[in-house]
Amino acid sequence: MIHFVLLISRQGKVRLTKWYSPYSQKERTKVIRELSGVILTRGPKLCNFVEWKGYKVVYKRYASLYFCMCIDQEDNELEVLEIIHHYVEILDRYFGSVCELDLIFNFHKAYYILDELLIAGELQEPSKKTVARLISAQ
Amino acid sequence: MNPFSSETRLRDMIRAIRACKTAAEERAVVRKECAAIRASINENDPDYRHRNIAKLMFIHMLGYPTHFGQMECLKLIASAEFPEKRIGYLGLMLLLDERQEVLMLVTNSLKQDLNHANQYIVGLALCALGNICSAEMARDLAPEVERLLQFRDPNTRKKAALCAIRIIKKVPDLAENFINPAAALLKEKHHGVLITGVQLCTDLCKVSPEALEHFRKKCTEGLVRTLKDVVNSPYAPEYDIAGITDPFLHIRLVRLLRVLGQGNADASDLMNDILAQVATKTESNKNAGNAILYECVETIMSIEDNGGLRVLAINILGRFLSNRDNNIRYVALNMLMKAITVDTQAVQRHRATILECVKDSDASIRKRALELVYLLVNESNVKPLTKELIEYLEVSDQEFKGDLTAKICSIIAKFSPEKIWYIDQMLKVLSEAGNFVKDEAWHALIVVISNASDLHGYSVRALYRAFQTSAEQETLVRVAVWCIGEYGDMLINNVALLDIENPITVTGSDAVDVVEVSIKRHTSDLTTKSMSLIALLKLSSRFPSCSERIRDIIIQNRGSLVLELQQRSIEFNSVIEKHQNIRSALVERMPVLDEATFIGRRAGSSPAIVPTSNSASLNLPNGVAKPPAAPLVDLLDLSSDDVPAPSSSGGGFLQDLLGGVDLLPGLNQTAISGTNEAPRTGTDILLDLLSIETSPTQSSSSITDILSSSQGDKSPVASLGEISSPPSLSTRATSAGADPMMDLLGGFSPNPPMPEDNGPVYPSIVAFESSSLRITFDFSKAPGNPQKTTILATFTNMSQSIYTDFIFQAAVPKFLQLHLDPASSNTLPASGNGSITQNLRVTNSQHGKKSLVMRMRIAYKFNNEDILEEGQINNFPRGL
Repeated sequence: MIHFVLLISRQGKVRLTKWYSPYSQKERTKVIRELSGVILTRGPKLCNFVEWKGYKVVYKRYASLYFCMCIDQEDNELEVLEIIHHYVEILDRYFGSVCELDLIFNFHKAYYILDELLIAGELQEPSKKTVARLISAQ
Repeated sequence: MNPFSSETRLRDMIRAIRACKTAAEERAVVRKECAAIRASINENDPDYRHRNIAKLMFIHMLGYPTHFGQMECLKLIASAEFPEKRIGYLGLMLLLDERQEVLMLVTNSLKQDLNHANQYIVGLALCALGNICSAEMARDLAPEVERLLQFRDPNTRKKAALCAIRIIKKVPDLAENFINPAAALLKEKHHGVLITGVQLCTDLCKVSPEALEHFRKKCTEGLVRTLKDVVNSPYAPEYDIAGITDPFLHIRLVRLLRVLGQGNADASDLMNDILAQVATKTESNKNAGNAILYECVETIMSIEDNGGLRVLAINILGRFLSNRDNNIRYVALNMLMKAITVDTQAVQRHRATILECVKDSDASIRKRALELVYLLVNESNVKPLTKELIEYLEVSDQEFKGDLTAKICSIIAKFSPEKIWYIDQMLKVLSEAGNFVKDEAWHALIVVISNASDLHGYSVRALYRAFQTSAEQETLVRVAVWCIGEYGDMLINNVALLDIENPITVTGSDAVDVVEVSIKRHTSDLTTKSMSLIALLKLSSRFPSCSERIRDIIIQNRGSLVLELQQRSIEFNSVIEKHQNIRSALVERMPVLDEATFIGRRAGSSPAIVPTSNSASLNLPNGVAKPPAAPLVDLLDLSSDDVPAPSSSGGGFLQDLLGGVDLLPGLNQTAISGTNEAPRTGTDILLDLLSIETSPTQSSSSITDILSSSQGDKSPVASLGEISSPPSLSTRATSAGADPMMDLLGGFSPNPPMPEDNGPVYPSIVAFESSSLRITFDFSKAPGNPQKTTILATFTNMSQSIYTDFIFQAAVPKFLQLHLDPASSNTLPASGNGSITQNLRVTNSQHGKKSLVMRMRIAYKFNNEDILEEGQINNFPRGL
């Protein structure tokens, strides 16, 4: 399962966090700080997977944002890359050429979309059209 | 308008915060904002609640504390309006986590919402429940979720399925209730429901073995058919990703098949065809395709063996491994680690590519590849692999060097086919990355070298050469210095030249150069310098011509601020100057440390035991070394292990003489109790006497301790860096030992505490008498100190010939401390025409409870023969 989702800007600012496993507030800050350090310093040509504390963190950079998802050792990293891309495409469809500013000012909408995509750390809907329809209906 | 009132729109607040230039400014803005929100909460104004929570969520994301908003979320959730509910649930999910008790209050709202007519509200509730419910909430609301699994609206069904996953993870007992509804979901057509249904079944199987059985029996075929449909389905724009219809569904189905097929041959048979089809037909030019192939290979590796499928899987892995994309290669390495258990041969074929990956620029890939290589090493390929790894060591970067060195050392240690290869490889590693090599590794190297007697000459010559090129690697320097000290004579005389070697011209002076460099370099640490000092002492004996020069070097450390070095240099200097007669005996070849016991001990011993070796020297002001009762080392050998032969280093006798003296109380950690694996030497007769005591108290002067003893401790407690010289890590004789001691010496019952006597008179005893020698002891005690006794020992020669090189040595058990003063002479005239006297000072820490007992050994030359006599003195008067 996906343990948490993190969106960080290139400067290390947090744009979105979603936690599917129990992390206390202190632990959350710590995790964010550590992962930011690890991921933001990686070079561009390196692979998108980082081993961290017994988990794997899959990250992908879109423009100025890093999308990170933390998964278990036995999960399929390539699939999670696809899930990240799935999310970005849905955001793109919804906001029309989404950029970081959209996500800053409409973070609650980004959350709503994420909630249509993932529950309990698992994928909910593979169809972008359905997700878009559901969002616009609410 | 006040920018921080509740009327401010969310947007404006965000803008205001973003406009802040410094962190302090931002903090101020946030503080004001929070105050406004708190005021608004207190007013209980329903209109702005929605906005307040949104603002609070933003502030939370910035990292500020926002717990005062938690109750507001609850109020919002209870509201009838959809937008308010929505933001209320969002706030709940963000600001709370399952461990907070506030969460329980939501249970009722959740229950109502789960029964709501509006399906979107039901969806909200399911989402919230699925993300953060606790175990109690799960139990309470499970029946609702179960019902919703069969709801008419597919979107609700899919959310309910995922919610159910969380419930069964929190409360595994409830799993049974979900088995049947989950099975029904597998027949769905709606992809969303199908995916979530498959996921639910997978998790059910992990949690409940009955579920696994059920699904395996009833659903495997259905699943295979579904997968077939998906694989063969025509282009569907809604689900298409990179030309594949719904890769997510592919992956989930393959994963569930893996769970069902694992360990079960029948189920595995059913899925062979479809897996083969997926493996061959999936396009692998895009990530989606590769993800499917990855999952497929994992499944093939996990289910029951089918030769053809396995070959297919390994081929895919091989392709992945040579892919240029880093992600794919990483994934391939991951899979190969699992494949090793299944089919080692196949993985071995890819060894070359894996080795390439060790040199990759990506850290994640390097790490995985190195682990994989380590698993691949076996006796047949260890040589080429090690060669490659060592070559890579030269170019690898610093962070990786540590890991790499550790792995190489352990590969070499585990698989080395012959000693000479081991020594060669370790030398290369030391030359290249000596500073990363751990202590155990180079200690082990020294043990191996000392054990391989035919390779002594080779090793020391190789080390000498290596030193010329790589002297900046401290570990290499240490090993080199040790070997040169030990085997310096072989170095010069090209002793035991192997066929593969070229003779090398080294003079004694060159060898001394090496040690001098190592001692003088300012980067050398305490261990290196200490080892160098000892090596110099050894060399002064092996190369007498360089003795003066060596002495000069040693003297330079006389004033060192580090007590260890100062002590050694003073002692050794004195040995060289005044005690040449015993010098060669002192620095004979080290006895060989038994490899097996060393490894065993190393494996078991606790690390970094402080060598409490009490060579807290008496710190006599002029630092004159104590007289040569050299092999006291082993005589006092209650604690240590390996040195049967009387070769201890120069100061060794000193420490043992004082064995147990604790002039620096704080440092004498006798807590060696943890390590009792020191092996018995067996050759040590003395050990028999006190052997009952030795088993529990034999502390291990393991190499680690000895060599690290003086590291950075800057303490005068030192072992002298000799590998096997037992630095008398003497534990105090435990009371456990006391009793057997009593039995052995029979007749010595613990004395009742005696009243303090002032200078009582004790009768003299004849300690030893034979046809050739008589020893008498005269006792005196200083008044006021009942524990100390001064013994005047008188040696008389009963034979017709003169004795020369007369040496008396004595050993006492732990509770006694013995000091020997210099003897009056070394020559004992014949037939009682003269005698040698020597003062002994004994301190009895168990005065009153135990009496003195002593073993002694006498060595002398009689008609040019070496004679050795030993005996035990049991007849000390009581009360001493």
